[in-house]
Amino acid sequence: MSIFIDDNTRLVVQGITGRDGSFHSKQMMEYGTHVVSGVTPGKGGQKFENSVPIFNTVYEAVRETGANTSVIYVPPVGAADAMMEAADAGIELVVCITEGVPVLDMTFVYPFMKEKGVRLLGPNCPGLISPGKSKVGIIPGRICTPGPIGLVSRSGTLTYELVYQMTRAGMGQTTCVGIGGDPINGTNFIDCLSAFERDPDTTAVVMIGEIGGTDEQEAAKFVKEKMTKPVVGFIAGQTAPPGRRMGHAGAIISGSSGTALEKMQAFEEHGLGVAERPIDVVGLLKERMK
Amino acid sequence: MRLARGQAITGAKLNIHEYQAKEIFRSHGVPIPPGDVATTPEEAESIARQFGGTVVVKAQVHAGGRGKAGGVKLAKTAQEAKDVASKILGMKIKGITVEKVLVTPAADIATEAYVGIILDRVSKKPVFMVSPAGGIEIEEVAATTPEKIMRLPIDSRYGLRGYQAMELGFFLYSDVKQVRAAATIMQDLYHAFMDSGASLAEINPLVTTPAGEVLALDAKMVIDDNELARRPSIAALRDESSEDPSEVAARQANLTFIKLDGNVGCIVNGAGLAMATMDLVKYYGGDPANFLDIGGSSNPEKVVSALRIITSDPNVKAILFNIFGGITRTDDVANGIVTATKANPLKVPIVIRLTGTNEEIAVKILTANGFSAMTDMDEAVKKAVALATGKAA
Repeated sequence: MSIFIDDNTRLVVQGITGRDGSFHSKQMMEYGTHVVSGVTPGKGGQKFENSVPIFNTVYEAVRETGANTSVIYVPPVGAADAMMEAADAGIELVVCITEGVPVLDMTFVYPFMKEKGVRLLGPNCPGLISPGKSKVGIIPGRICTPGPIGLVSRSGTLTYELVYQMTRAGMGQTTCVGIGGDPINGTNFIDCLSAFERDPDTTAVVMIGEIGGTDEQEAAKFVKEKMTKPVVGFIAGQTAPPGRRMGHAGAIISGSSGTALEKMQAFEEHGLGVAERPIDVVGLLKERMK
Repeated sequence: MRLARGQAITGAKLNIHEYQAKEIFRSHGVPIPPGDVATTPEEAESIARQFGGTVVVKAQVHAGGRGKAGGVKLAKTAQEAKDVASKILGMKIKGITVEKVLVTPAADIATEAYVGIILDRVSKKPVFMVSPAGGIEIEEVAATTPEKIMRLPIDSRYGLRGYQAMELGFFLYSDVKQVRAAATIMQDLYHAFMDSGASLAEINPLVTTPAGEVLALDAKMVIDDNELARRPSIAALRDESSEDPSEVAARQANLTFIKLDGNVGCIVNGAGLAMATMDLVKYYGGDPANFLDIGGSSNPEKVVSALRIITSDPNVKAILFNIFGGITRTDDVANGIVTATKANPLKVPIVIRLTGTNEEIAVKILTANGFSAMTDMDEAVKKAVALATGKAA
């Protein structure tokens, strides 16, 4: 099994004819994802790569091709609208890859998705992959391999690094989820952890956090109170100077809240394995899975 | 709900000056006494003369604690305004040189309150924070008398409703006239916040005068960088003279860069991996010279700019590339390294770790040009630290 996406995922790509959208649509199709349709307003009726029908609206794509999941590669200014359009059209899982979505836009989108009961991943995230089954987003398929570990992360390339090191060590994954680094995003650590806890094939979980906010601390508490499976954590930004932004809007430390040290202590306190270096995740997993 | 400014969203941001924030607030109807900006003591003198009476001369810098640093002074006469301005202009507040002062008539103050709107990551909403204890930093109020702060999350789909604005007003004042005046100011401030794409808007202090008027004497605003593309008039408010030159150069090249004090220059793709790389440098006994994220879809020019910025730091004793190719093509990075070093030969050693998209092509390009490439992150970091500190790896 896996979480959120699998063989039954029927994907519509919003922005399929754009530079990033077309590149990654091909990659997803090569990986075996069922890309059933694309949306680019004004290009309805055309075909992507001579096979995937393009529609003007997500509503049509859902009606004509039975899409249940959407991935968004539209520019930042149109991203909020794209997320809401997908939810309105009956999509169950919306994955927004777009980076640079205005945070105020998300104060409109977030409650909209909640009220519709639609799962949102992102924005500003690498998406997710259930190795051997389906990939939605931009995580490179060849660094992953099927196996029993669930992975949830706030970053992009750091996720790849961890997955790469796990795969090299022979530890495959059920699903790898990148929740994104923006201050207001959809699916959070706890959503993923509880899904991994319910997934019978996942036997251990890796959680990769960053400085800024208190999501990791709350997730650590959740692990202690609600989870039976072992969880190993890593936090990036141990050397980050206070109050400075490190790329992601989410990755800031202000005042006493959200330092790497504070998060690592919360992990320790709630019984998670704490990796000092990325490579230590592998050793800790082996130890905890005995 | 608990909320400290620590949880506020002040991420990718544009700080604007007090005088600029005041103009925005004013255009939305917030009552603010007049004021003018001076860049020389003589200008300050002539502005003070026009206003007549006592004026306040205020340093225009993006740093808190201006008052404590001596950047805000009263002047009773125009001559005094000139003297005070000559002291404030050119002074450094938290490392930033003061280039401009705002000269504004001094107001008679009966009470001082605090009003702020903060984009909050926990409630995922804009949150009003108001306090009758104004004129001091809100963090201080939160620490000593938290009961004097009222917090009100706003659902941006419905905006600030009239009854909510009144609720906020009643928390500050008992005189109904002042409550109504404050409620109107809350609405105006909320519109300024939303229309500007702000992540923070603050009036501290919001004062009442002995005559009963309610006035905003200070204004602060932070804008979400992601809003700038669709708000050119706000983007134009950026004052690059008040920013670190290397950070300005990086932004122009579309890189995220933060200068630090160490000697290992780091060039990485992705914020998380960049932070993890810096942590690893420290772990192996080195010190990172910077945070630098070349971002997702990199092109060779980005790498050239990144190398130029890193090599202009005399503290850098070794350069470490750590690239995990996903969207980023490692051959683009390799081409960038070759182009940059041909134009400007490196004076310090370089360690290149790359893996992922088009790795084979990248390695070919690098070896053909006399570079070697590594694939393991830990090994690469160890080597860079050894080279920077002069110790054997």
